[in-house]
Amino acid sequence: MNSISLAITVLLFASAYFYLGTRASSAQRAAGRRLHSLPHYYGLFAGLLAAIPALLLLTVLAIGDDIIFRSMALDFVPDEVKAAKTYKEVIVLAQITNVVDGINFGEQPQWVHDAAAAWHGWDSTSTTLKTITTLSLSLLGGLFAYRRINPDFRSRNAVERILMIILAGSSAIAIFTTVGIVFSVVFESMRFFALVPVSEFLFGLTWNPQFEGAERAGSGQMGLATYGSVPLFVGTFLISIVALSVAVPVGLFSAIYLSEYASPRVRAIVKPVMELLAGVPTVVYGFFAALTVAPFIRSTGMSLGLDVASESALAAGLVMGIMIIPFVSSLSDDVLNAVPQALRDAAYGLGSTQSETVRQVVLPAALPGVVAAILLAVSRAVGETMIVVMAAGLAANLSLNPLDAVTTVTSQIVTILVGDQEFESAKTLSAFALALTLIVITLGLNFIALQIVKKYREQYD
Amino acid sequence: MDTQIMNIVDQPQTLEMSNIPAETVGDVHVERPRMTARNVNVFYGDKCAIDDVTLDIAEKQVISFIGPSGCGKSTFLRCLNRMNDTIDICRIEGTIALDGQDIYAPQVDVVPLRARVGMVFQKPNPFPKSIYDNVAYGPRIHGLASSRTELNDIVENSLVRAGLWDEVKDRLTQPGTGLSGGQQQRLCIARTIAVSPEVILMDEPCSALDPIATARIEELIHELSAEFTIVIVTHSMQQAARVSQRTAYFHLGKLVEVGETEQIFTKPQHEMTHNYITGRFG
Repeated sequence: MNSISLAITVLLFASAYFYLGTRASSAQRAAGRRLHSLPHYYGLFAGLLAAIPALLLLTVLAIGDDIIFRSMALDFVPDEVKAAKTYKEVIVLAQITNVVDGINFGEQPQWVHDAAAAWHGWDSTSTTLKTITTLSLSLLGGLFAYRRINPDFRSRNAVERILMIILAGSSAIAIFTTVGIVFSVVFESMRFFALVPVSEFLFGLTWNPQFEGAERAGSGQMGLATYGSVPLFVGTFLISIVALSVAVPVGLFSAIYLSEYASPRVRAIVKPVMELLAGVPTVVYGFFAALTVAPFIRSTGMSLGLDVASESALAAGLVMGIMIIPFVSSLSDDVLNAVPQALRDAAYGLGSTQSETVRQVVLPAALPGVVAAILLAVSRAVGETMIVVMAAGLAANLSLNPLDAVTTVTSQIVTILVGDQEFESAKTLSAFALALTLIVITLGLNFIALQIVKKYREQYD
Repeated sequence: MDTQIMNIVDQPQTLEMSNIPAETVGDVHVERPRMTARNVNVFYGDKCAIDDVTLDIAEKQVISFIGPSGCGKSTFLRCLNRMNDTIDICRIEGTIALDGQDIYAPQVDVVPLRARVGMVFQKPNPFPKSIYDNVAYGPRIHGLASSRTELNDIVENSLVRAGLWDEVKDRLTQPGTGLSGGQQQRLCIARTIAVSPEVILMDEPCSALDPIATARIEELIHELSAEFTIVIVTHSMQQAARVSQRTAYFHLGKLVEVGETEQIFTKPQHEMTHNYITGRFG
């Protein structure tokens, strides 16, 4: 049986145990014995014990068998092949698995066919093993629980504990994934920093990885690739500032209007329309920026006698600002609505006008939530890529002039990792170093913002 | 048998409905009124919440509004400083005047009105600011203090009069929300008197407090009545008897009876007032 039908069978066993357990405990209850828990808790306990361990085992086996097969298949590789200079495990394994899957590229040596044949053997053995172990674990788990059905067994407490473990496990997955991502980025970055000194990366003023290939090919242009990340971070900073100076005032003011001034009818129309903005794909914003906003800014700038690049930080930032308005306004609106009416009543009762109430009572009380909304907007702005690629260009100019073409960290990562790459070169690895620096900076910003909120928050309960 | 039960169940109901008087019993007028309400009707949408209430509120006196839940006493109270303006569907007919001036006249601005008619709410609602800033809030928005020292004086004076100064004078910069419930309510009273209102409206100011804090607030109301005209809505008849000179009994949006507190609690003229204060219903 393959893994999916095995999983379905396990679930069938579990439902059968649920039914049996519920029925058995109901029967005991009908016989006049006082059970600790309601009958369906006994059924649930049996069903959960039949399902969860078996499914976990199945997952481990399904992922694990491939790893074991690979190491076993490598034993078939003759020593003279291993000794060759061009020998790569990945390539040999790919040859073998291709034959296993029935894909043949030309003639393969005999040992590849031997390995593939052996692989088939292991596969069927492992499938049989998987079927037997999973199904018997399921049956045994259910049986164990089923035999524990007696009036003294506290199945309700046991079920609660199992559910708690499942919930905790789900949140652990999120944490482990984050940790995993950070670690993979850290390890690749360490490889990069072995090739390029940290100080050059952090403080260098020129970003120019384009000549990497030429350098390695020995075309004589040695040392032309430079990895100073400062222009990228300055570009990111510049575009984010432009975006935030659009999004924060507009978003916050519209949130105040919606939550404090607008009639329910206006609110019912305006709020969904604003949230529609959040649903527009960023590519669409990108060509809006590149085809409409950027030329407009350029022609306006020209008529004022300014020198404007055809792709400018201003264009990308403005459009990005429009894109994140709904994040700021929708979240701030929720936060403002959560401020208790009693505080507004108190302010009105003292003779405050509406704007005094908003400025001096409602906004300070909502400050932590508003800052959180702005932080989310910041991380959207820093992480946004598509608009920048399309509207701000890819030139890594070190400039604080919003009319220049600049580039951002994320758009450089995209250009580096698009197309053919080799994971030996500093150019490809630099993407990971950029990502790591970005993660550290964002974390630092979040930390600082949290401290600020803690200091200035006005707690209303 | 069945009809008998029906009769017992029906009795109080018919008694309540049929006996509401067309005219308020007792004397609605006083010699020196601070506020006057004439034929006031209040509607929430189509629902009539206050039905033809006429009442004078005497200067430097405490008047209490009593009555069962939903009788309209809080609604009427909130009309006296136009707090009902914040509710969209609320509509008011008739006239309410402060010192002879109609507060619902088109040229009247609610901002100075609410400074003259302050309000203390059911649940203590200090701003999430420091104790000092809570009290200084009103004087600041109305520009009552021309200097920092003057503002300090107003804050100290208000806290003293609210009986809170000794407890908070060393921690004026700490948040007002960190005080106990009774202290918070006294802080709210200090905040209200800091703008020197003429009338203070109190909407069940002790219903969220324990007996000791309640006693302190009642004492405070008594002291404040020397300077301010006070209107208090309360569910506790003992409280009405303790703090007020006049008492008004509301029922189903009607003002049933009004009179000297002593007279209302000892010799109520109307049968419904009598039933309510003796705990027959409500």
